[in-house]
Amino acid sequence: MRVESEAELVEAVRGARAPLRVVGGGTRGEVGAGARLEVAISGVRLYEPGALTLIAGAGTPLSEIEAAVAAEGQRLPFEPPRWGALLGLAGESTIGGVAAANVSGPRRVQAGACRDSLIGLRFVDGAGIAVQAGGRVMKNVTGYDLVKLLAGSGGRLGVLSEVAFKLLPAAPAQATVRAEVPLSEAGRVLAAALASPFDVSGAGWLPGQGAVVRLEGLAGSVEYRAGRLAALLAPWGARIEREGSAAIWRDLAEVQPFHGRTGDIWRFSVKPSEAAAIAARLDGEVVLDWGGGLIWALLPEGTDARARAAPYTGHATCLRGRAPRAEPEAPAVAALSRALRARFDPRGILDPERAG
Amino acid sequence: MDMPVPAARVLARKQEIVARLRAVLPADSVIDDPAETRAYECDALSAWRCAPLAVVLPRTTAEVAAVLRVCTAEGVPVVPRGAGTSLAGGAMPTADSVVLGLARMTRVLEVDFENRFIRVEAGRTNLSVTAAIEGEGWFYAPDPSSQLACAIAGNIAMNSGGAHCLKYGVTTNNLLGVTLVTGAGEVIELGGPFCDAAGLDLLGVVCGSEGQLGVVTEAVLRILPKPEGARPVLIGFAANEIAGACVADIIRAGILPVAIEFMDRPCIEATEAFCAAGYPDCEALLIVECEGSPDEIAEQLGLIREIALRHDPVEFREARDAEEARRIWLGRKSAFGAMGQKGDYICLDGTIPVSALPEVLRGIAALGRDFGLEVANVFHAGDGNMHPLILYDANAPGEQERAEALGAEILKLCVAAGGCLTGEHGVGVEKRDLMGVQFTAADLEAQMRVKDVFDPPWLLNPAKVFPLAASAGRRAGGASRGAAPDPEVFGPR
Ligand SMILES: Cc1cc2nc3c(=O)[nH]c(=O)nc-3n(C[C@H](O)[C@H](O)[C@H](O)COP(=O)(O)OP(=O)(O)OC[C@H]3O[C@@H](n4cnc5c(N)ncnc54)[C@H](O)[C@@H]3O)c2cc1C
Ligand SMILES: Cc1cc2nc3c(=O)[nH]c(=O)nc-3n(C[C@H](O)[C@H](O)[C@H](O)COP(=O)(O)OP(=O)(O)OC[C@H]3O[C@@H](n4cnc5c(N)ncnc54)[C@H](O)[C@@H]3O)c2cc1C
Repeated sequence: MRVESEAELVEAVRGARAPLRVVGGGTRGEVGAGARLEVAISGVRLYEPGALTLIAGAGTPLSEIEAAVAAEGQRLPFEPPRWGALLGLAGESTIGGVAAANVSGPRRVQAGACRDSLIGLRFVDGAGIAVQAGGRVMKNVTGYDLVKLLAGSGGRLGVLSEVAFKLLPAAPAQATVRAEVPLSEAGRVLAAALASPFDVSGAGWLPGQGAVVRLEGLAGSVEYRAGRLAALLAPWGARIEREGSAAIWRDLAEVQPFHGRTGDIWRFSVKPSEAAAIAARLDGEVVLDWGGGLIWALLPEGTDARARAAPYTGHATCLRGRAPRAEPEAPAVAALSRALRARFDPRGILDPERAG
Repeated sequence: MDMPVPAARVLARKQEIVARLRAVLPADSVIDDPAETRAYECDALSAWRCAPLAVVLPRTTAEVAAVLRVCTAEGVPVVPRGAGTSLAGGAMPTADSVVLGLARMTRVLEVDFENRFIRVEAGRTNLSVTAAIEGEGWFYAPDPSSQLACAIAGNIAMNSGGAHCLKYGVTTNNLLGVTLVTGAGEVIELGGPFCDAAGLDLLGVVCGSEGQLGVVTEAVLRILPKPEGARPVLIGFAANEIAGACVADIIRAGILPVAIEFMDRPCIEATEAFCAAGYPDCEALLIVECEGSPDEIAEQLGLIREIALRHDPVEFREARDAEEARRIWLGRKSAFGAMGQKGDYICLDGTIPVSALPEVLRGIAALGRDFGLEVANVFHAGDGNMHPLILYDANAPGEQERAEALGAEILKLCVAAGGCLTGEHGVGVEKRDLMGVQFTAADLEAQMRVKDVFDPPWLLNPAKVFPLAASAGRRAGGASRGAAPDPEVFGPR
């Protein structure tokens, strides 16, 4: 089934007699059982460049949003990554799918996650009731922040019909400061960069490249900060990359080193200082983002990566592989989440089988 | 303002309830002498007050849990309290409630520069979080004007903002984790010093829940290295509209200052009379602050100057040194004090889309004339968070009611313009009964379902946020019976 308006979505959910499988662009792969419900509520509803805000139907293709805001010299702050090539899946993400998954790219260390830019949304809960949360203004504490609760919910509390985002001006210039250090040294380099006053907008480590740190902004400012940062990181042999900078960050966002490779793909969201030790225990190929707070790992099929990596402060997601997708929650937290799902989806029709 | 009738059953058992609290807390942590509980009768919305049943000041998370277990067993409402600076009546008690104050939980538990976080007990004041790390060149970004007094607990409950949130975000964007005690007395950890939640973002909904979902006892906060420097400019304009257009142009040009503050003529005049900051004689002024090294600041201010000059400013004044910067900020920082000098005032907090600024300012002026009350405007223009200040005389019969009625009309105007009732102060009791202006019954029902899950008997700060009529059934089910917690959520301990 395919819905093109919120009214149709309400009808579809109310009329459902069996579980639904909610799909945006389907770029995550068509996992799970249930009747396919494609959210094709598409189009930019409102875009005010002077107020840095955009509202769009949840089924609007991500690329359409990015093109619209780029035309005004703006961008989505959280740098939504595309993982199609990583996971070997085709298709085009929708903005609602991005919000439902709360996925964020390298700029998360500076501009926050997807959920931090999401200022409002509309959703249809499992009983088929349409609900508004948040609004179209950046500062809003009126009532509970259901926007955060729905961001990253994977559609388990409701199906998004509309989303509102805060935007940022696109930076006219960028540069990367790169230090060819081994993984074991990366944490120290990235921590030093993030502890500097130079407003770092990306901090990662790639095999073959080493530690990379991004600076964005007005041209003069980027030049100045890159110089200062390269001096700060001189003990590790840091150099400034101007031309190749954008490509480095696309590679990192899309985890290019793992493209076309077999094996299980894992993400660990952890305390950055633990990254090197976790990576050593994982004993596979690794890419770091978020200053070491995000570890991408490529491991032999069937590896129980959580057991190998332990102990760690954070959580692991299995993006490709047979292991449970999401980290089990503490019992008390899991009970709250279950009870929330029961209230928002009393009939249990929204992706009931998917745990994570 | 209506508050629910206190539960007679609870009032009648005051002695027993206090005795049970004394049994689980040190003697000096339970206050029930009416002379001593007076300080807890209201928050900064001081026109509204009520003496609580008792006040408890626990020192540990375990003590907080013990208090909540007693209160749940007795069916007693609990009003969490940080420093009591809420402007929305969020911390105002009812006669049948126990005020649970965090004032004795103020320790720094962990500072970790390598991972860029600080863990504190939630009773610690906002400013003293930064004070604990600024020696090493770090700061905690959200900076409410009340930061000297307000507590992290209250900041989290209200999702408070500050002058610099255009760049750094509000509390929720800087909060990594909390220790939360549920109404049933269960201690849970949400989030931590890492990114994103494994499952549903419960931390995200706890932040801004106004003390209704649990009591926050500890917090993990993101800390940032201090920028190299900061410098403001002051720009005066001949009309509000022009100032509004200039704000939009600055944003459109791709410059992201850390702050863009707006003051209108009534506010400029009041602050001039109060502190003689030397502001120009004009209809509206902007204070725009940029951060970075001296050259970076010069680069940004140069662009801002170019944009401002296209709007025929009455004055463009760039701070050349720290003293000039101080003078530019002086009037803005004294604005609330200046208004207080003129009389009583109500501070509103609606947010509007920046594009609607001129139209809403005109609407506010017209409403002020209709109600015969003066309204001054000072606010965070970059993000549209308005602070209309309604001046009135509390001793003139009927004037407070008139001021409140005007406030309600102004907030409705904000919502009609595409905005919201409150951008940073919270709903509390003050805006509770206006929620229907912004939300449908279904929207409010969805929010109340979250409280049903976290606080099945509706004992945590129950008479706030939702219109009393909307929450009546749920509150009756809880407070009057001391309902048993949902076994699915709160399993055996
Ligand atoms: C655990 C996890 C695994 C991921 N796996 C992949 C992957 O294999 N490939 C990839 O490219 N990206 C993946 N991503 C990234 C993410 O799915 C995409 O960035 C984005 O969600 C894709 O948008 P879409 O429109 O294609 O969504 P879909 O792939 O169609 O759906 C993604 C998820 O969001 C839900 N969803 C979609 N639209 C809505 C809506 N309107 N309302 C409510 N829920 C909705 C779906 O039910 C599904 O759970 C993953 C993210 C996470 C957190
Ligand atoms: C002069 C002045 C200026 C102000 N400026 C700003 C500003 O610039 N920006 C801004 O956002 N606000 C501002 N405020 C409002 C106020 O300071 C904030 O709302 C602040 O966060 C309240 O903190 P508090 O510790 O005083 O909380 P309290 O007033 O004690 O309580 C506020 C709310 O938090 C709940 N709460 C308290 N402790 C807990 C806990 N441990 N667990 C769960 N819930 C809890 C209470 O129940 C209540 O609902 C200002 C207030 C004043 C008086």
